[in-house]
Amino acid sequence: MSGTFVGMPAFPTAARAALGDTQLRRNLAHATHTIRDKRARVVAEVEDWEELRIAGAAVKEAALRDLATHLETLEASLVRAGATVHWARDAEEACAIVASVTRAHGADEVVKVKSMATQEIGLNEALEAEGIAAWETDLAELIVQLGEDLPSHILVPAIHRNRAEIREIFRRRMGAVGRPAPEALTDEPAVLAGAAREHLREKFLRARVAVSGANFAVADTGTLVVVESEGNGRMCLTLPEVLISVVGIEKVVATWDELDPLLRLLPRSSTGERMNPYTSTWSGLTPGDGPQEVHVVLLDNGRTRALADEVGRQALRCIRCSACLNVCPVYERVGGHAYGSVYPGPIGAILNPLLNGVSDEQTASLPYASSLCGACFEVCPVRIDIPSVLVDQRAAVIDSHRGDRVPKQEALAMKAAAWTFADARRLRWAERASGLAGRVLGRFSRTTLPGGRTAAGRLPGPAAGWTGARDLPAPPRESFRQWWDRTDGGRDGGRQGDGS
Amino acid sequence: MKVALQVTCVNDAMFPDTGKAVVRLLRRLGVDVDFPAAQTCCGQPMVNTGYLDEAVPVVRAFVDAFAGYDAIVTPSGSCAGSARHQHAIVAERSGDPALAKAVEQTAPRTYELTEFLVDVLGVTDVGAYFPHRVTYHPTCHSLRMLGVGDRPRQLLEQVRGIQLVDLPMATECCGFGGTFALKNADTSVAMGADKARHVRDTGAEVLVAGDNSCLMHIGGMLSRQRAGVRVMHLAEVLAATEASEGDSDGPAVDARAESFEGDAR
Repeated sequence: MSGTFVGMPAFPTAARAALGDTQLRRNLAHATHTIRDKRARVVAEVEDWEELRIAGAAVKEAALRDLATHLETLEASLVRAGATVHWARDAEEACAIVASVTRAHGADEVVKVKSMATQEIGLNEALEAEGIAAWETDLAELIVQLGEDLPSHILVPAIHRNRAEIREIFRRRMGAVGRPAPEALTDEPAVLAGAAREHLREKFLRARVAVSGANFAVADTGTLVVVESEGNGRMCLTLPEVLISVVGIEKVVATWDELDPLLRLLPRSSTGERMNPYTSTWSGLTPGDGPQEVHVVLLDNGRTRALADEVGRQALRCIRCSACLNVCPVYERVGGHAYGSVYPGPIGAILNPLLNGVSDEQTASLPYASSLCGACFEVCPVRIDIPSVLVDQRAAVIDSHRGDRVPKQEALAMKAAAWTFADARRLRWAERASGLAGRVLGRFSRTTLPGGRTAAGRLPGPAAGWTGARDLPAPPRESFRQWWDRTDGGRDGGRQGDGS
Repeated sequence: MKVALQVTCVNDAMFPDTGKAVVRLLRRLGVDVDFPAAQTCCGQPMVNTGYLDEAVPVVRAFVDAFAGYDAIVTPSGSCAGSARHQHAIVAERSGDPALAKAVEQTAPRTYELTEFLVDVLGVTDVGAYFPHRVTYHPTCHSLRMLGVGDRPRQLLEQVRGIQLVDLPMATECCGFGGTFALKNADTSVAMGADKARHVRDTGAEVLVAGDNSCLMHIGGMLSRQRAGVRVMHLAEVLAATEASEGDSDGPAVDARAESFEGDAR
């Protein structure tokens, strides 16, 4: 009972549709600016924020440098603490492990802590196929699930919905899967949260199996950490008999000391809070307290592929705070669905191609879904240079097409441009031709730019992408270098001929 | 000090007045600026679209053209950023240690115009006169890749006659983004529409920025809207004086009648 990203069109097409949704535009602009401002305020309070970012990046970098050792230590610590450790190469293996543990307990449902890793592997759909219902218990995930919708944000997956829409979803859908919404449901946030609380409580008290992810995994003690705001996670982590945690292998850090900068960076970067309300930690099982059977599924699913990428591996530092989404001018306008992945926004635009490669058209469109404005790098708490990785992934896309028998139009244009720019004499010829085009356009065009310069109106062909919404100045009759030559660099009557 | 103008391919072919303005401005400040004729482009269009191999000969042309200069001044935050941050990547891709060595020479000597004026020449009052209501858009690469900070503002504040008004949401990207403007034209236009709205909200007559490619995008939208706002490169504002006001792209009083005749044709 949820949507799927499978078969999503490439970014430009999906974005065009999203841009036409006025309610979505309004919801997103409001929500991203609210979180953005909140983050900016609490980050400004921390005097040594830059040092903290550097420390956070260093901690993650150190863990990645020695990943195999840390993972083996983590496995040994977990086993010592009574947990069962599974290794999953890909989504299919991970889903099969969760399904088989659940089935072994005769359960036909699980309650879930909000988790990106389980969304990445499509766990809910896989469990549904096995006849196991997976109940999302995070408020926003619940909204998405009840709406048979897709998440559009890493932290606030229902960011594309406003409260009137949420009221409608609760009213129509809650009854079919449990306790219905009360008759007098309004769109007041407190009332909506109250309805969700009542609805979820039944499921918390009934479920025997819980599924979680983890924000961090401490190798030397075998401790998993979940950071959250609502307390639903704490319920899932403590009430059921069996707990299965799906953890990406990049979540490991060596010791508790390494958590220090990360736990300080995360809440301010993600929710814009000084500290998150709930931080749950557990190390294997504690007899008589909490789940008495604990499974940890260590997930690769493309992470070792990303790790092997010299430039892109820094994306594995990501702590899923989503600050980059909230400041991204592209994300702000198109929302998360256009990225066709549970990881949208700037981080998604690099993480998806790094995890999955760029052989399919949709993933290959993601590194181009950015104006390279650099706002994401500026806010990233672990200093992932997203713009540089975007450019590097663009190169990966282009390189993957170098063997094509029929090169793309763009590739031919780039080769022609490179040939022209390789020698200034060629550029001079090209500028003569463009000056001629400028004369022709100047004669026939009826459009002038503010300021008086002649402009080309709507042009056909590839230029239509520009001139559909933007005037284009006609090329000047004389290029700068022609002017320089003619006037000896302006020393000789250089004032004349503005070229328009 | 041997100073070279890297005019940029966009300014060379499309906006020569900006190049002329830099030359006038630097000469007025006593800098004997040279224009190495072998220059073409910084290679950024290729690099940012993913064509690294294609960028190699372009970067080679850049380092050859500018070898031996103490300062390479460019009226573009984006192209300065390309020279300082991307040329090394291209050189590494080429596998040619000689190119990498040459980049090590040119990269740190490349200055965006306002950096050169404020940091190297140490001036903020360049003797300009520009009696118009102006708002300034800090372009992303000058702001976030180079970190030019408030240097452009320091320079604009010293311009005589100028009425400088703050641009709301100034640091947000305008949506140009190089080939992004074409490959994701819808998103680019959506971003540009918001930027144009903020510009119009200021009531400014002139939008000023340090990159003509961003201005071509925002200005193209403003022009299509018949918004009554023109765009102008910062260099042209700084080059304008009491004697020259109206010489460049702006609407000189006696040129108005002429352009009116042109429209009526």
